[in-house]
Amino acid sequence: MEEIIISGFGGQGTLFAGQVLAYAAMDADFHVTWIPSYGPEMRGGKARCTVIISDQEIGSPLVRRPSAAIVMNIPSFETFEPMVKPGGVLVVNQSLVPHRSQREDIRALYVPATELATDMGNMRVANMVCLGALVQALGILPLEALEQALDRHLAERHRKWLSLNKEALRKGAEFA
Amino acid sequence: MAKELWEGNAAIAEAAIRAGLEAFFGYPITPQTEILEHLSHRLPELGRVFLQAESEIASINMVYGAACAGARVMTSSSSPGISLMQEGFSYIACSEVPAVIINVMRGGPGLGNVAPSQGDYFQAVKMAGHGDFHPIVLAPGNIQEAIDLTVLAFDLADKYRTLAMIAADGSLGQMMEPAEMPPLRPVRPPEERAAWALTGAKGRKPNIITSLYLVEEELEKVNLRLQAKLREIAANEVRWKEYSTEDADLLMVAFGTVGRVCQTVVREARAKGLKAGLLRPITLWPFPSARIAELAGRVRGILVVEMNAGQMLEDVRLAVEGRRPVHFYGRMGGIIPLPDEILPQLEELDAATRS
Amino acid sequence: MAVEMIADMELVFKYPESLTPRVTHYCPGCTHGVIHRLIAEVIDELGVRERTIGVAPVGCAVLAYDYFNMDFCEAAHGRAPAMATGIKRVSPDKVVFTYQGDGDLAAIGTSEIIHTANRGELITTIFVNNAIYGMTGGQMAPTTLPGQVTTSSPRGRDVETAGWPMKMAELIGMLSGAAYVTRQAVLDVPGIRRTKKAIKLAFQVQLAGLGFSMVEILSTCSTNWGVSPLEALDWAKQNMLPYYPLGDTKVVDEVRALMAKP
Repeated sequence: MEEIIISGFGGQGTLFAGQVLAYAAMDADFHVTWIPSYGPEMRGGKARCTVIISDQEIGSPLVRRPSAAIVMNIPSFETFEPMVKPGGVLVVNQSLVPHRSQREDIRALYVPATELATDMGNMRVANMVCLGALVQALGILPLEALEQALDRHLAERHRKWLSLNKEALRKGAEFA
Repeated sequence: MAKELWEGNAAIAEAAIRAGLEAFFGYPITPQTEILEHLSHRLPELGRVFLQAESEIASINMVYGAACAGARVMTSSSSPGISLMQEGFSYIACSEVPAVIINVMRGGPGLGNVAPSQGDYFQAVKMAGHGDFHPIVLAPGNIQEAIDLTVLAFDLADKYRTLAMIAADGSLGQMMEPAEMPPLRPVRPPEERAAWALTGAKGRKPNIITSLYLVEEELEKVNLRLQAKLREIAANEVRWKEYSTEDADLLMVAFGTVGRVCQTVVREARAKGLKAGLLRPITLWPFPSARIAELAGRVRGILVVEMNAGQMLEDVRLAVEGRRPVHFYGRMGGIIPLPDEILPQLEELDAATRS
Repeated sequence: MAVEMIADMELVFKYPESLTPRVTHYCPGCTHGVIHRLIAEVIDELGVRERTIGVAPVGCAVLAYDYFNMDFCEAAHGRAPAMATGIKRVSPDKVVFTYQGDGDLAAIGTSEIIHTANRGELITTIFVNNAIYGMTGGQMAPTTLPGQVTTSSPRGRDVETAGWPMKMAELIGMLSGAAYVTRQAVLDVPGIRRTKKAIKLAFQVQLAGLGFSMVEILSTCSTNWGVSPLEALDWAKQNMLPYYPLGDTKVVDEVRALMAKP
């Protein structure tokens, strides 16, 4: 079972990254829940979601201590870096978070996601860079499962970004 | 049909369509607006009725009208909006027309907030409006159940000519989970509407739908009929789910989202050697009192967990009749209690009930 | 036998088919009975009784469903237009009307009537304005005249504290969804004839799908005004007509074309 929190500013695509993960897990026949938690602002506020992936029926869709987290901005780092369970994975968007984790009981990955995404042509795929790193590190799903999830579920109006999203996933995976 | 990842609100809306929903009247309010939004594009494309009303008061009275005309109809709202609809609920209950109400509960009282809550339990099961009546209240614990119970709500409303309410909470409305939609049922054609419905008095005596009975004996007769119907519902429609209750020493009772949180608590408690079980009521009215009474005879103690100050707690205590200690743990303000705060409560109950 | 005697004669006056032949609960001299009859005659003449659905208000006409021989329901106070909206939207081939008093339509139900009219719902509203609450025993209505004494304005309506009488025909007439709005009075025979004509046109507007239609009808309440029925008619003419001028407040072009037809 993996309990994953993806957290950042509104507009950074944290909720969408969680949905891509949830779709991929569903397509791989896992039980999965996705639950958002966001501030009153749709953009600029904090935006996070919890994704639970399990091979048995999921009880609580929320956890206090996740087994993995993606933190895309400083407040998210400050909130969730201490909360990741021992042995868990923390993916840090190094472009916006200059901090390093002092913990030795978790695996921290520092990914310059926003810079990489900007170099690729759209800073909004930073979420996929981080997700690629996380999924590769966890090893619960192959990267192809996420790519297929994008194929199947990316909204029509975002189709033009399909290959860029996939490229971002693969770029992120290199950091794991 | 294959499983899809459904958001709770959209799932409820689509399930209503699959169940043959003919008309929706509603007013936006967080955290259920996605229901209205989903229906605003789906119903017109299917040639059915969608109308955004000027208020919840107008919404429920439009529902009342459409129900009198014999259509499958529903509205959805969240706590403050449901309060505004209560007068209409009472009229609908007395008039004995079928209607489905979705309440995606949020934190209260007052304007409260838009976070999940179960603070409207009393309102739903005890006092949905003035006078003597209960709606049928269904509390889904996951998205698949939200879909299935929405379909069931229409069927029960039709069968008993009464109000059926889905009592979900904000987190269920907003979360996503894989679930399967039932096939699209055809809409009942207007010429097949019920014999009691207002369809125009062609070749028959006029149909009158009213909740006014000025003669005391007549109103008492209406009430006796309503009470007999409620007894019939109570006898036939109680629903619940149990988890690990076969050998349980300690029983948790929780509904909706908290119910599923307590499923995790059962697992964690069992891993620590506590024989915990869970009863999750699916119908909040009628309440599974008889089953709780039965289980109370077999366990040492009961822990009720809710997102309120202890509302269902009263019904559990009525069922247990003082034969076992009934403890309570609740969070308010829109906070979902997590397993790591519930488990110590269970351990406390364990310690308190060991002889 | 009397019955045999009249059997040979031509019947020149009878209950309309759309009225149930029973004695109403209305007070002697009340004009609700006249208005009920006008509506029933119009529905008969249009031949739509078997597809008409009425919505009764809360107020003196709460039992209107006992007097009309057609499908009917009884709304919560002020909500008849919302209920009628629900009925009409799921039964577009039916003729739907609300029958409402001044408390129902112009106080507690202002929101519903305004939005129903503004949406251009294809329903007809008969609005009976007698400047007082009848059923609850003569309290101030939103249409009570300045200075008018009621049981809740014992020193007369003080517009400084209670506001001004609501001119609903004017207010509703302003809304884009309203196709035909008029104010008439049933205070004498010519007025009754004009009122019937207006009611008929209002239903024709609905049948033609032109939009929302409303007939405000100035009426009396001799019981709660504390005068005889005859005096009540005079009182209304002297006091209500100056404040509530008769006539159309909204006639869209399509309705004008309808009026021009023979």
